[in-house]
Amino acid sequence: MSEDAARRDDPPVVAVEDVTYDYGETLAVEDVTLTVESGEFLGLVGPNGSGKTTLLHLMLGLLEPDEGSVSLFGEPIDEFADGHRIGYVAQQATQQGSAMPVTVEEVVEMGRYPHRGSSRLTDADRRTVREAMERVEIADLADRRIAALSGGQRQRAYIARAVASEADLLALDEPTVGVDAESRDRFYGLLQELNEDGITIVLIEHDIGVVTDRASRIACINRQLFHHGDTESFVESDALEEAYGSTSSVVHHHH
Amino acid sequence: MAGKPTRTRLVEGATVAVAAFVGLLVLFMASDALGSAGLPGGGLAEFLVLLGRVLEALTGLEMFRFRFVWYSLATGALIGVVGPLVGMFVVHREMALIGETLAHTAFAGVAAGLLVASATDWSAPLLLSALVAAVLGAFGVEWLAERTETYGDVPIAVMLTGSFALGTVIISYGGGFSGLNIDSFLFGNISFVPVGGAWVMVALSAFVVGVVATQYKQLLFITFDEQAARVAQFDVSLYNKLLVVLTAMVVVGSMQVLGVILVAAMLVVPTAAASQVAESFREALLLAVLVGEVSVVSGLLVGYVTGLPAGGTVVLIGIGFYLLSVAASSRSVSLSLH
Repeated sequence: MSEDAARRDDPPVVAVEDVTYDYGETLAVEDVTLTVESGEFLGLVGPNGSGKTTLLHLMLGLLEPDEGSVSLFGEPIDEFADGHRIGYVAQQATQQGSAMPVTVEEVVEMGRYPHRGSSRLTDADRRTVREAMERVEIADLADRRIAALSGGQRQRAYIARAVASEADLLALDEPTVGVDAESRDRFYGLLQELNEDGITIVLIEHDIGVVTDRASRIACINRQLFHHGDTESFVESDALEEAYGSTSSVVHHHH
Repeated sequence: MAGKPTRTRLVEGATVAVAAFVGLLVLFMASDALGSAGLPGGGLAEFLVLLGRVLEALTGLEMFRFRFVWYSLATGALIGVVGPLVGMFVVHREMALIGETLAHTAFAGVAAGLLVASATDWSAPLLLSALVAAVLGAFGVEWLAERTETYGDVPIAVMLTGSFALGTVIISYGGGFSGLNIDSFLFGNISFVPVGGAWVMVALSAFVVGVVATQYKQLLFITFDEQAARVAQFDVSLYNKLLVVLTAMVVVGSMQVLGVILVAAMLVVPTAAASQVAESFREALLLAVLVGEVSVVSGLLVGYVTGLPAGGTVVLIGIGFYLLSVAASSRSVSLSLH
């Protein structure tokens, strides 16, 4: 599928235009415009409750914007149908599905489901699944119940699912919450490798050090977009102070 | 971990045995239908009834010489398959009480069917009116769930008690419908399954098995990780509706044997028992069917022989399996099946 993307002269992977979204009274995202180009590693940062997750959900079509528009791979989001091009790891995926008996292999196989519709997985699918598990070094855990794994192992299983789906875009929402430091380093190393292979990555992360180390571009939001550009310009700018500073002033305003 | 292939082989072998057993019972029904229509092919039914007579002569156990017992057994065997099959998805989507709720809407449907039958000459089969009510109830629950953004306790409780209240009011309005077996719908009855009811169960089961077999991947993905499934462009809302409709079908078919009050147990109990010990979802699904099957069939037999109510016996046996699996899973990692 990545050949497809290259051939089409690369429309932006995600294009968000003048998007506003509110939860009833509370404005979560206000007038945000940003694009994610093919091959980018975008770090999405901002204080708690700044609308990062909402923005990511808008990008992926999990929420519909109240105003503005979103397109994925050059298509308006409500016409977008190539679900297999996106791998998504939700917030707190590490804690998910704990009561459900599912093996690592079954989770990774889900990456092939959007390719197959109602027909059975093929031998080629199973090979792809096997390779994805080897790629993230969890092949030896294939038959283990996902709930029995550590947070770091479980996280890699979710990445393997995205790898198996041959996704062009990987979207991760605070993927390393509850994961030990060593596994985190390995995990971000893996993300960087995948990015070098051409997979576009959008990562929400509260640890700004990690983001500036790994991401090629940074979007800093607190309801509004405070900065969007490459990592160096972000470090030099005072977007961080502005974005984080404005949280307290917002809180102040309300009470 | 050692001996895992053996374990998988055991589970799969047992599943094949269950399929053969259920197949034989459905064949009995087909054979009996052909035989009573005067067509060739009635031999199997005759043979099984004859076998029942032989058994009676040898052991004094008379039940297998009655045709109605074979029909009840066939219906029960199908319940043992489709209950856990749908239950695995419903329970792990945390919608366990949906079955209970739809059973109560089905009860209101039975009452409405009785009212229509007494007020007009047209007597629709009660299972049909139950099915209509349960499917409407399914959409109602789904509608409430989408509005309240969760399968919360409150909309479920409102639906459950509300439809049961409606059923009791309708029955009272209709003067009690003397001679009709409301009790059988409430508590189930092994000798209550009419030939038509058994065939309704066959049709419902064929539909349920067909849907789960072809939509297994979608149902599993949505059950495990709904958001990721939506990002992958699966129509989650459609599958949610499908799942509640499948639940409604299972409930209506199973109500004949288990009764309105106990019917949800077949969705929940085998699933809970299997999920405790299984590693993979696939294994859990097969184990749940095995637990369901053994519970229903042994419950019906014990119930018949001892005169205890079949529904209650079935559920208690299932809960016995659940308790065993809880004990087994906390004790050791590698659980053998025997």
